[in-house]
Amino acid sequence: MSSFFGQVHGFLKKLFLRRRHIKLGIYGPPNGGKTTLANRICKDWTGEELGIVSNIAHETREIQIKEEITITYEGKELSVNLADTPGIATRIDYEDFLRYGIKAKDAKQRAKEATKGIIESIKWLDHMDAVIVVMDSTLDPYSQVNITLIGNLEARKIPMIIVANKIDLKKSKLRKIQTAFPQYNVIGISAKTGKNMDELYKALFEVAS
Amino acid sequence: MLTLQFIPYSEVEPLETSLRIHHLLDIVKQDKIVLLEGKLETEEETALLEQTLEGINHKFKGIELSYLEAHPENEALLQKIRHTLVHLLLGNREGFTVIGPANVIKEIKRDPHKIQLLTNEHKKR
Repeated sequence: MSSFFGQVHGFLKKLFLRRRHIKLGIYGPPNGGKTTLANRICKDWTGEELGIVSNIAHETREIQIKEEITITYEGKELSVNLADTPGIATRIDYEDFLRYGIKAKDAKQRAKEATKGIIESIKWLDHMDAVIVVMDSTLDPYSQVNITLIGNLEARKIPMIIVANKIDLKKSKLRKIQTAFPQYNVIGISAKTGKNMDELYKALFEVAS
Repeated sequence: MLTLQFIPYSEVEPLETSLRIHHLLDIVKQDKIVLLEGKLETEEETALLEQTLEGINHKFKGIELSYLEAHPENEALLQKIRHTLVHLLLGNREGFTVIGPANVIKEIKRDPHKIQLLTNEHKKR
């Protein structure tokens, strides 16, 4: 009997509130602009930013979550728990951080934390209802990280949106990413300037419906 | 000296995922570049990534990985069916996978039809 009332409640909720709740992960290789995008989404809908942006790879070494972001589009509401994840990489060399003036001891610690963060990110994939894959549109899209990540999402049947970020830059090649992943709707944006964010929000509602 | 080690599919076929990955990583950790006949499954790629990350230290800095398709994605339907049947009968042995240590391979550039391995310059001691 209680399940009957539960079903009626669910039906009425869907009918009248037209609101969904999803856990949305932002994934991709390092320095693609994941945190810039997470900040943009948070700023657009809550007025606050989520994380620190840096030119040095692996600035985000822990998953950062912003809960209950309400996004609206054409009269519909979407409640989102947003997870900004560390950049996925197959190599981490602490010596790369030395070039930015980081001391050896700190660089080694940073590499260790980054490694741990990536493993965590992969494990968290199972908790996501949808994922935004962020690629740097100035770089080669055929990297194995992109391919493995998309293969993983396909295998787990997690809906995804591919975002080609940094389209404000002259070197940006949106078409190259669209050609590399023809089966997906690739949306070109600039998380930094906010260009084309409406397209992304529209796609988000399509994925969440 | 750059060492390439070719691994035929038959060598890894009988191994279960963790042993298969362990076997490949063992070779890569000897600073050799593995040319594996065929393609790793998605879950194997994930396991390879996880085992690689778990093994990273000041000496082993990770891997570079790429896969070269044997057939174009936009091939004709009959060809596609034929290759699917071959895959079902013989396993994932079409194309080849390149796995190399990050301290040897600087970058793998890939487009759908070719792979370029860029190696690190050997540092003078």
